[in-house]
Amino acid sequence: MFEIEVNNKIIEAVPGETILSAVTRAGIKVPTLCYMKDLAPSGACRICVVEVDGMKTLVPSCSYPVQEGMKIHTNSKRAIRARKTVIELLLANHPDDCLYCVRNGNCRLQGLAEEYGIRERRFPSSKKKDHMLDATSPSIIRDQAKCILCGKCVRVCEEIQNVAAIDFVKRGSKTVIAPAFEQSLNVSSCINCGQCVLACPTGALREKSSLREVDEALHDKDKYVVIQHAPAVSVTLAEEFGLRPGVDINGLMVAALRQLGFKKIFDTSFSADLTIMEEASELVHRVTTGGKLPMMTSCSPGWIKYVEQFYPDFIDNLSTCKSPQQMLGAIIKSYFAEKEGIDPEKIFSVSIMPCVAKKFEAARPEMGRNNIFDIDAVLTTREVARLIKMAGIDFDSLTPETADLPFGTRSTAGKLFGGTGGVMEAAIRTAHYMITGKELKSLMVEDVRGLKGVKEAKVKIGDLEVGVAVVSGVGNASKILEEIKNGRKDLHFIEVMTCPGGCIAGGGQPLSTDQESIKARLHALYNIDHSETLRTSHKNKDVQKLYDEFLKEPLGHKSHELLHTHYIKREVLS
Amino acid sequence: MKEEIRKILEKHPDSKRDSLIPLLQAVQEVYGYLPKDAVVEIGKHLNLPASKIYGVATFYNQFRFQPKGKNHVMVCRGTACHVKGSLAVLEAIEQDLKIKAGQTSRDTLFSIEVVACMGACGLAPVISVNGEFHANVDPQKISEILDIYREEKKSAMEAANA
Ligand code: SF4
Ligand code: SF4
Ligand code: SF4
Repeated sequence: MFEIEVNNKIIEAVPGETILSAVTRAGIKVPTLCYMKDLAPSGACRICVVEVDGMKTLVPSCSYPVQEGMKIHTNSKRAIRARKTVIELLLANHPDDCLYCVRNGNCRLQGLAEEYGIRERRFPSSKKKDHMLDATSPSIIRDQAKCILCGKCVRVCEEIQNVAAIDFVKRGSKTVIAPAFEQSLNVSSCINCGQCVLACPTGALREKSSLREVDEALHDKDKYVVIQHAPAVSVTLAEEFGLRPGVDINGLMVAALRQLGFKKIFDTSFSADLTIMEEASELVHRVTTGGKLPMMTSCSPGWIKYVEQFYPDFIDNLSTCKSPQQMLGAIIKSYFAEKEGIDPEKIFSVSIMPCVAKKFEAARPEMGRNNIFDIDAVLTTREVARLIKMAGIDFDSLTPETADLPFGTRSTAGKLFGGTGGVMEAAIRTAHYMITGKELKSLMVEDVRGLKGVKEAKVKIGDLEVGVAVVSGVGNASKILEEIKNGRKDLHFIEVMTCPGGCIAGGGQPLSTDQESIKARLHALYNIDHSETLRTSHKNKDVQKLYDEFLKEPLGHKSHELLHTHYIKREVLS
Repeated sequence: MKEEIRKILEKHPDSKRDSLIPLLQAVQEVYGYLPKDAVVEIGKHLNLPASKIYGVATFYNQFRFQPKGKNHVMVCRGTACHVKGSLAVLEAIEQDLKIKAGQTSRDTLFSIEVVACMGACGLAPVISVNGEFHANVDPQKISEILDIYREEKKSAMEAANA
């Protein structure tokens, strides 16, 4: 530690750290655009420049290391003028589209223009205007006109997700971000994770919205519109309404959905419990009959596409279980439709997901039967917030309500699916019961909790020692796959969630990649687990009833028809 | 084609990422452009994603991603030509042929390439078609010049059919 002076105040700095890191710790704000925590700085945008005494030029604080005795001015006249110019230059090549933009009110560029009081267009545009709007992907829309070339999407995609679907193409004023050969995203190696959407400071990347279809269905008298909400949604939705991260508004959300006119509100955590019954059975089956191991979870559609295109040799390692979204979708249009006497073709089944890849998953041709899709429309957490706002629903005037039967009951194990490690914890609880006939002594499996990208543990189940790994972020998953390719043999079961941190930080969530917020979301799930009594999937009475009345047994005939699926090797340009 | 490309790559064993440009050049040497399959194969060879290779290749003007047309039009965009209005010349050609620089027309008759300097600054603005130079080009006269090659093509085809 040594001292530096910032804006005439003495603060402490750690040798080797950057100016930005030192001043941020001291609570001094310096704006950034291209900077990404935990990744090497690219210094591309120059918005973070500061003035250092004795230096001729301004320095980018995101990449410039601190030196003992340095005197820094973060808000000197020169620094501010330089930042203003950077913003004005960015705006020169930008459409004045804020009113029609999905990021209106929530845009870094717009925010900076406001903070720095930009009131007129100083530079005429120099960029060609023939920009592409790529709406081919089922998950993501890319609008090059709004791209400020900060490169964050490129870096997340390559450095965090190890996909590298997109890159800078051409140079100078012609530069754009695009997939190889400037092909559209739907034929690229993009796995639809949406992490680039979270990273993007502008409206250049956004989800492909399904709000219109949902709205139309809600007003169609012939349609019976039901909705399910994923485990990770109730603990993040509040942020879209200005509440702090980690507040669970499950009951209020259900009440709002009912006001919106959905006939039934189901809880995807119910089908997470169902998934565990199937998946734990599958694991036990594989372990006891010498099936393909390690088994890998299959609830995360980005990860599935990743394996299909980059690691097709591991397709047989993927659990054949559909994701909870698809399981519930299939059960709604079979068991529920039958029970209620509704024609499945009349049911319009919506899901709220923390994820944009779920839109891709729902549209996979194998996710349905007889031309009836399991799921008709997927809304992200962000989209559902818009729907609620549009309808003028005020949370303050609502009282909490509960989800509808027969798919409204859930265990806290099912709820844990919303964060990294949750599927594993739920599966261990139930596998232990299935194998030993006894409950785990302590239900909490500490080793698989927390936000770390890779977590490993040896779990004792009776006489068996099971090697498990929990990975989030596909880049981390690829490392484990390489280890297994190279002969690693001690793993039996691997949970993979596509997004770093799991669904709570999914590509459809409120736009925050701040680790503290994500931690708060995760802890909201843990709190639910600690404060309720139904904590294992196999104890869910409604799941048991579903088996008694309809499915009969896990991995049975009906399950295979409705709850399991298969994967295909994909050729993509990669 | 994949086989052929692999043969080219075999001549460059143990290549690292820094040999990307020479590899792209070697492939373009053979095909006159960079076919998609080649980019994928080079990617496997160097362990680089296709998007990266495409990004690097488009950074340089020398690489093209479509085969050249039967008539290859090169437009000089060097300083002297620029001063004498080569941008207007390029735009006129693009408009006439309805393709952009780097592209090839659908009937494969024409392709356009932009080059930095052809070393004929005294003749600026200058273009060359199939290696034949045209000096002091006037954007208004572009169609006339291109017609020569359209005609040649037509008569050649007629001769072949006769
Ligand atoms: S990206 Fe931001 S600045 Fe650009 S139009 Fe949208 S809101 Fe406005
Ligand atoms: S959605 Fe994911 S895989 Fe696709 S471009 Fe964005 S970061 Fe890359
Ligand atoms: S799309 Fe967004 S994240 Fe990607 S470079 Fe453009 S502005 Fe940055």
